[in-house]
Amino acid sequence: MNEPVKNMRIILRVNGEAVEAEVPVRRNLVDFLRGDLGLTGSHVGCEHGVCGACTVVVDGAIMRGCLLLAVQADRCDIETIEGADESGRIAALQAAFHRRNALQCGFCTPAMLLTAAALLAQNGNPTRDEIRECLSGNFCRCTGYQAIVDAVAEVAEVVEAKA
Amino acid sequence: MKFQAPIGLSLPRDRAKRLLAGRGQFVDDIQLPRMLHLAFVRSPYPHARIAVIDAVEAAAMPGVVRIMTGADLAGVVSSWRGTHGLFPDMKAPEQTALATDTARWQGEAVVAVAARSRAEAEDATEQVIVDWEELPVLGDAQTALGDAAPSIHAELGGNLAFFAEIEQGDVETAFGDAHVVVERRFRFNRHTGVSLEPRGLIADYDPASHRLTVHQSHQTPHQQQDLYARLLNIPEQNVRVICPDVGGAFGLKHHLYADEMTAIAASKLLGRPVKYIADRLESFLGDIHCRDHTVTARMAFSAEGDILAIDIDDLFHAGAYSQYPRSSVAEGNQIIRLCGIPYRHEHYRAKVRMAYLNKSPLGHIRSVGHPIACAVTEHLVDLGAKRLGLDPIAVRRRAYLRDEDCPIVSPGGIALERPSFHGCLDRALERIDIDAFRAEQARLRERGVHRGIGFATFVDLTAIGPEYYGEGGQHISAQETCLLRLEASGGIRCYTGATDQGQGIDTGIQQVVAGIVGVPMDDVKVNSGDSELCPVGGGSWGSRGAALAGEAALRAGRKLRLNILNIAGVLLQKSANSLDIRGGSVVDAVSGATHMALSEVAEVGHFKPYTIPDGVAADLTVIGRYASRNRMFLPANGLHVAILDVDTDTGLVEFRRYLVVHDCGRILNPMLVDEQVRGGVVQGIGGALYEEFIYDDDGYLRNGTLADYLVPMAAEMPDIEVEHLQTPTTTSELGAKGVGEAGTTGAMGAVLNAVNDALSPFEFNLSEFPLTPPRILRTLGKI
Repeated sequence: MNEPVKNMRIILRVNGEAVEAEVPVRRNLVDFLRGDLGLTGSHVGCEHGVCGACTVVVDGAIMRGCLLLAVQADRCDIETIEGADESGRIAALQAAFHRRNALQCGFCTPAMLLTAAALLAQNGNPTRDEIRECLSGNFCRCTGYQAIVDAVAEVAEVVEAKA
Repeated sequence: MKFQAPIGLSLPRDRAKRLLAGRGQFVDDIQLPRMLHLAFVRSPYPHARIAVIDAVEAAAMPGVVRIMTGADLAGVVSSWRGTHGLFPDMKAPEQTALATDTARWQGEAVVAVAARSRAEAEDATEQVIVDWEELPVLGDAQTALGDAAPSIHAELGGNLAFFAEIEQGDVETAFGDAHVVVERRFRFNRHTGVSLEPRGLIADYDPASHRLTVHQSHQTPHQQQDLYARLLNIPEQNVRVICPDVGGAFGLKHHLYADEMTAIAASKLLGRPVKYIADRLESFLGDIHCRDHTVTARMAFSAEGDILAIDIDDLFHAGAYSQYPRSSVAEGNQIIRLCGIPYRHEHYRAKVRMAYLNKSPLGHIRSVGHPIACAVTEHLVDLGAKRLGLDPIAVRRRAYLRDEDCPIVSPGGIALERPSFHGCLDRALERIDIDAFRAEQARLRERGVHRGIGFATFVDLTAIGPEYYGEGGQHISAQETCLLRLEASGGIRCYTGATDQGQGIDTGIQQVVAGIVGVPMDDVKVNSGDSELCPVGGGSWGSRGAALAGEAALRAGRKLRLNILNIAGVLLQKSANSLDIRGGSVVDAVSGATHMALSEVAEVGHFKPYTIPDGVAADLTVIGRYASRNRMFLPANGLHVAILDVDTDTGLVEFRRYLVVHDCGRILNPMLVDEQVRGGVVQGIGGALYEEFIYDDDGYLRNGTLADYLVPMAAEMPDIEVEHLQTPTTTSELGAKGVGEAGTTGAMGAVLNAVNDALSPFEFNLSEFPLTPPRILRTLGKI
C-alpha cells in the first residue's frame, strides 16, 4: 500500500499574480491564503461554512474559503479583499460602507463587501428584501445589518442611475 | 452648555477605512518568529476526575514541542478566585490555568499541546490518553442547591455561591391589600456574545529581559497587564498588553480565561511566542455565557393602576467557577436592583441565589442582567393592565417616575438623576399612532393575522464609577486618562485608556479633542489599546467610553488649548484670554482674524522654549484625568417598541416595526450612537427569539456550532428606528451617558410583550426565552 499523499503542488492565480506552492492536502483555502500568502483580509469565523467571514472569489464566484481545500483551488483564479480593494472594483461599496458606518469591528466586512459586489453584479437594482436575503449567509454581530443594507442599496441606486 | 463642532456631528470613522480595505490587523493576522501554536485536550465530560494522563505517544508526534498538564504549570502561574469585596459573603473556588484533579465542565482545558502549527498541535491532542472517572453532574441551579446535591467544590462546603435580599417597605401587607396581583415564572435560557472573531492571543515572553508582551483580542489591556504581572510574577512595568483590531467583544473579552492564561504560562515556560486562537466549538464551550436565570416575580396594583409592591426571586448560577477578576455576581445583583425601576412603588423585595454547577462559567455579556429586569418588570405591567382592564400605556404613564419625584434612590438602591420616561413614551407615540395600530390589529385578526405591539421601558446602568470595583478589591480602573501631544508640525496625537472594538469611541474622542482644542478632525490621531503606550484606563465595557474617556479627553483638550494660547500670547504680546483656536489656527477671540498657525506655536514650544518666560504653562504634552465621584452608576433610560406578527401555524415571528427612544445625555456622534443601538437591538432580538444553549439531561451541550446555535441574520431582522432625547448628566461637563447596553436591554421585554399581545385572543402566556416556534406552538396547544 502506498503512503498517503501529504502534500501537493498547486499552481493558481491570486489577485492577478501567479502563485506556485507546495501545500498540505488537508489545508483549507482560507488558511492557505492567510497563512502561506499573508492575505489576512479574509477571516476565519466558524470553519464550518456558516458565518461567511472567509468568503473569497474563485473563478468569478463567491465561495467559502473554509469549505474548500487549497488543492481544490489548483489552476483557479482567486480574488481576495486585497485584490478587490486594489483593483478599485468595490470602491463605491467601500465608500458607502464608510459613509454610513456599515461596519463596526470590521471582521465580517471584507466578506460582506465581496458578497454585496456579487449581488450587484447579478442584479443592479435589488430590493431591500433581496439585499437582506443575499447577505443572510454573512454573520455580522455588531451592526444589526441595517446600515449594510442601506449602503448596498445606495450603491445599487447609483449603478441603476448610470445604466 | 454648547460644545463646538465636530462634537455632535455624524462623522464616519478613520479606522473603518483600513478595515474596509482588508487591512485590519486582528490577532490571528500576526505571526512572530519562532512562534508556537497551542491546542487543548478538553474534558469531554461535564464532571469527571482526571485519573491518569498519558502523553508519551503524543509527545513524539511531528512538530510537538511540549505537552503541558496542570502540574507542569503549577510553578509558573498562580491560581485565582473570582471574589468581590463588595459581596463578602460570596464564595468563590480556586481556579487554575489547567484543571488538575477534576474537570468541572464539558470543555474545561486539561492538557495543552504546543507545536509548530495548529494542525500538528491538534493532531497530538488526539493521541493524549486521559483516564477519566465520571462524576455525578449538576446541571441546573435548583438541583445544585438541593439537599442531596454533592458540593462540586468540596472546599466551599455547598453549592450556594451567593445569596442577597433587598427589602423596603411592607411587602406582604401591600400584596394583601392590593386590588390585583399578577405573578409569573420567567425562564431566561443561556446564550452568549458570539463575537465573530473568536478569543485569541499571542503571548511573547522574553526570558533575557524578563519581559512579557501579549497581543490579545481583548477589551481591557490595563486590567490584563495587572493580572499577568501578578499571576506570573513579572514586574508590572515589564508586562505589555496590546489589543490590535478586535473583532467584536460584547463583554466576553474582558475576562481572564483559563485557556488563555495557559497560553501565556506556556510562553513563559518555553521562552517562545505562543499563539492560541479559540475555534468556534471552543468558543461555544468556553466563552463566558450569560442569563440562565429563573425569575419568579409578582406585582401588586391598585384598582387605578398604581404599582403598590414588587416581589422578585431570582435563581441563577455561575457555572463551575466565578469569572475572574470581576466575579459572576453582577447579573443577579443587577436584576434585584433594577426590577421595577422606572416606576413609583414603595414596597419592594428582591432576593437572588447563585449556585455553582457543572457548566462553563457564566458572567458578564452585553447588558448584564438588564434585559431580564426589564422583561420581568414590563411583562408584569402588561399583565396587570390586562387584569385591571386598563390600557397598558395608560398604566405606564400613571406609574412612571415623574420629574418631581427625582432625584431619587430607587428601592433597589440605584440613584436616578433625571430619567425621561415620560418624554421617551411621548416621543414613541409621536411616531406610532396607537389608535390606528389597535384598529388595524383588530382588522388583521379577522383575517387571521396576529399582530402585536410590545413596550419595554428600562434604565441602563452605564459608566460604572470607581467605587464598584475599587471597594470590591479588584484592580479594574473606572477612571480614565487621556494624553495629548502637540507635534511640532501642529498635529495632535491622542492616547486614551479606552479601547475600541468597533463602537467608534476612538472617533468620539477625536471629536471631543478636535472640538475642545479647536482643530480639524484630521489633525487629531487617536491611539488606543496598548497598556504600555496609553495612559491608564479601564478599556471598554459597561457603556463607559463616551461618559468617562470622553470627559478625560475634554479635560486634556482644555489643558492643551490653554498652553497653546499661553505660548501664542507670549509670541503675540497679547493676553491669552483675547485669543482663541479655530480651524487649527490661533485667532483673535473677538474679530476671528487669524494670527498664526498651530505649527508656529508648536515650533516655539518644541524648539525655542527659551523664548517663553518662566512661569508660563507651556507644556505641549498634557494629561487629562476623570474619575466620577459619589456615584456607583450613571443611569441612562429608554423605551423599545416592537410591532410584529406571529404565525400561529408555524410559530414564526416576523417584525413589522421596531422603534427605540433612548436618552444617553449628550451625543458625541449621532450616527455612531444610532448604530450602537441598532446592533444592540439585534443582539437583544437574538436572545429574545433565537439564541439558546441546549443541554441534554446529562449536562452535555448539544449545539456547539453556528449551524445549530441560531444567531440573527440579515433576512429576519427589521429596520430599526432610533430616536433620542438628550438629558445631559450634571455629574460631568460633557454630560454624556453610555449607550452600549441600550439596544440589548429593552429587546427581550418588547418582543415578549408584543408576542403575548399578538396572541392575546388565545389566552396565551409565554414567558420562557427564547420565544422559539416550538415554544410558541406548545403554548398555543398546537403541538
